[in-house]
Amino acid sequence: MNPLNLTPDASEALDREGFSRRHFLKGSGALIVGFSITSVAGRIGLETALAAQGAPAAAQPNPGQLDSWLAIGADGIVTAYTGKCELGQGLTTVQMQLVAEELSVPMQRVRLIQCDTSITPNQGTTSGAQSHQANFNKAGLAQAGATARQALLRLGSERLGVPAAQLIARDGAISVSGDASRRVTYAELVGGRTFQMLIDASAPRKHPKEWTVMGQPVARVDIPSLVTAQAEFVHNVRVPGMLHGRPVRPPAVGATLQGVDESSIAGMPGVVKVVTQKNYVGVVAEKPWQAIQAAARLKVSWSAGTGLPNNAQYYDYMRKQPSRDTLVVDSGDVDAKLKSAAEVVRATYMYPFQMHGSIGSSCAVADVQNDKTTVWAASQNVYALRGSTATLLGVAPDTVRVVFTRGSGCYGINGADAATFDAALMSKVVGKPVRVQLSRKDEMAWENYGLAFVVDQQVGLDAQGNIIAWDYEGWSASRGGRPGARPGNVASGFHMGFEPAPFQPLRPAPAPTEFVGDNNTAPSYVAGRVGDKQGGAGTVASERVLSHRIEAPFFNGPLRAPEQLQNTFAHESFMDEIAARVKADPVAYRLKHLSDPRLIDVVRSAAKTSAWETRPSPKPGNRRTGVASGHGFACVARDGGNGWVAMSADVDVNQDNGQVVVRRLTIAADAGPISNPNGIRNQLEGAALHGISRSLAEEVTWDDQKVTSFDWQTYRTLTLGSVMPAMQIVLMDRPDAAATGAGETSITAVAAAIGNAIFDATGVRLRQVPFTPERVKAALAARRT
Amino acid sequence: MPMISLNVNGRRHTLDLDPQTPLLYVLSDDLELKGPKFGCGMAQCGSCTVIADGKAIRSCSTPVGTVANAQITTLEGLGTPEKPHPIQQAFIEEQAAQCGFCLSGVVLTAKAYLDQNPKANETQIRQAMSGVLCRCFTHTRMVRAIMKYAQGRNA
Repeated sequence: MNPLNLTPDASEALDREGFSRRHFLKGSGALIVGFSITSVAGRIGLETALAAQGAPAAAQPNPGQLDSWLAIGADGIVTAYTGKCELGQGLTTVQMQLVAEELSVPMQRVRLIQCDTSITPNQGTTSGAQSHQANFNKAGLAQAGATARQALLRLGSERLGVPAAQLIARDGAISVSGDASRRVTYAELVGGRTFQMLIDASAPRKHPKEWTVMGQPVARVDIPSLVTAQAEFVHNVRVPGMLHGRPVRPPAVGATLQGVDESSIAGMPGVVKVVTQKNYVGVVAEKPWQAIQAAARLKVSWSAGTGLPNNAQYYDYMRKQPSRDTLVVDSGDVDAKLKSAAEVVRATYMYPFQMHGSIGSSCAVADVQNDKTTVWAASQNVYALRGSTATLLGVAPDTVRVVFTRGSGCYGINGADAATFDAALMSKVVGKPVRVQLSRKDEMAWENYGLAFVVDQQVGLDAQGNIIAWDYEGWSASRGGRPGARPGNVASGFHMGFEPAPFQPLRPAPAPTEFVGDNNTAPSYVAGRVGDKQGGAGTVASERVLSHRIEAPFFNGPLRAPEQLQNTFAHESFMDEIAARVKADPVAYRLKHLSDPRLIDVVRSAAKTSAWETRPSPKPGNRRTGVASGHGFACVARDGGNGWVAMSADVDVNQDNGQVVVRRLTIAADAGPISNPNGIRNQLEGAALHGISRSLAEEVTWDDQKVTSFDWQTYRTLTLGSVMPAMQIVLMDRPDAAATGAGETSITAVAAAIGNAIFDATGVRLRQVPFTPERVKAALAARRT
Repeated sequence: MPMISLNVNGRRHTLDLDPQTPLLYVLSDDLELKGPKFGCGMAQCGSCTVIADGKAIRSCSTPVGTVANAQITTLEGLGTPEKPHPIQQAFIEEQAAQCGFCLSGVVLTAKAYLDQNPKANETQIRQAMSGVLCRCFTHTRMVRAIMKYAQGRNA
């Protein structure tokens, strides 16, 4: 163990920044920060202190080293470093619980530092409901905690002269079992020094039965500061000398820059610079309102756009484009089975491009200097953003530091990365720190939308109404994506002259080598047999799942339950149609075709909790005018097994005006051990309501040149005034299972559950999302009498 | 430019400003307040809400010159983490936040409405909240927190 070694320069830098408690450690790239990092001044000080120690500002912590994850200060404060960030879902709190639990310290003594490329281990993107998996199983932060506890027990054993087996770790100290007077605190053992050891993959985790902090409905540590506006968002970052930038995006998709008349804003107060690069234009000014006004007045000439495919006929258009094909599974006998089937049922489902639509437009601050760059961003992946920002600026990645700073809820790749590129380019050009917050229109017209889908389904039924073959063929549209190393995967970088990831058609699809449950391309009811392994959640052995990816006209990227939601809408609506065709109860019919025990459990649990009325749909006796009510069901093994959910929805359909109101949702969810019941409930509730908004209201629209949904009038969402359903949530308790995702489970089932309930209420099947009043009315009008 | 005097959270500020500047930029940039936030700039979402002379207003579309004599309260002006206002306390108790970006709109719109309509029922409160957005969809908990505050202030 190395003693605390802080150079006089570093001490001075820290004093200058006004830190009250601090311990910086040299060696293994680790440092201890015994204070809560909440201010920008603190971060600048940190970097100054690092530089003063001779450590490179952009040192990358080695995730194999315990010191990269945890440090114990001389005051007993435990500082944890995580590569998974707070996106509004309570991850800060539950990660603090995890550290407190594994190290046996009170939560009050835990500090958490998240996603700073210089000081936290690279854990990739915080997305895809992967954080619970990544940090709460035998890896990541959990295993670091377990390793540290074992190390402390060993050190305590040496200090106390008692075998480790007779020691217990409790309340930040090691003591002799049965003799609490013989104890030594963690601070006395390692305080202010590094562990200097590797993560021990065999260090035992605490079993959920031993938990005292984990598993509890611990209140979120950040809500008091959020609700009193003390919390710092990236939108509040203020750096000395900072200027404000406002991009001028093209008026049409594909429009190219013809010229900028800078004289049009000559003399406007505060204007510093007009920045142009390729098809990119931005204005930098001293104050935000000055930049906004100048950008609005700046005369910019553009070419016409390249034209967009017809919005109303887009789903047909998708089928005719060159595609990159993927065969998830093919038993080879589907055509023959369909031919011999007693009946074949077919349907087509359509799901639109949708937005992340963050309530705060995206914001970032960049400070590009000659030899180093610092970026404050609410990106889901600061580590990749470091690389793409370096590419954008033409500098080495190790000169770039990206500091995650919380933003508006993103639900996937919103404009956080795009705004970073805006700020970085403008800062580079003016040589000063620049803050950019996008306009509402630039956020919504140019973000990376969730993918549009059109899915053809057909099944063959035997004479008893059992499914004997399932055939899925889907088309989805995408372009760009998470930046990774490519700034051109988002609009700002593209306009600056960087290319998105190339679209590479591939036909025919190569034969699958293993069953991939990702994206729920395959329905839960197929066996998923590839080679001699069966990876599906169901029983249907004759199966073919073929997907075609085409190039979209807009930028796209993961949006909460990406592709899973679109596919599950198609699968679970279709399953309901089949059940109705054979006059079976939709829950019983599902159970008949499922094999995954965890999916079966949530289905049974949701049905029981909702007091599901067992009968075929539609509901008998409903009138054809006025308000009709009905129930619908859906379930999914999300991503083939990263979270399980089943849902029943009770809806009212106003048959006169087409309005759908969801009255009640019952949700049964399984995400492995319940790390924080308050947190998972908040996520299941929020995601379910998000799903209602996406099912009933949300859709990107465009004309022949540009996106026409660019604010909250043209892109509708449910408001705080909307009637929300009563929600019952059942959490499956799986203490012996691995932790899986939770934040994307409930939303995946919503569209189908609602659509099925509309059918139950009215006998009308809606196969296109969103179920707007106009679509519902049109479908009702076409209803056979 | 004229000098404008603003009363914000009980403090008086005198600033040299274009009176057409939207109040939001003055609060968030000149005064560096964190409560009011830019969400849309068109009074469509509520994130920039402040209370001016008892009424919830959208600071993104309110020229600063029009509120020069008003008493303005922002979210941080209501209470602190140590001593939250009862409506903030209700949000803490109900754990009614996810990302928290929208809270100025949610909390201040509800507070201003209930101050003027203390006997409002849930339907009326929902009506009053119909121009406020939360994209994390914390709706159920937020309405529960607002109802809790409404009932508490009438108790």
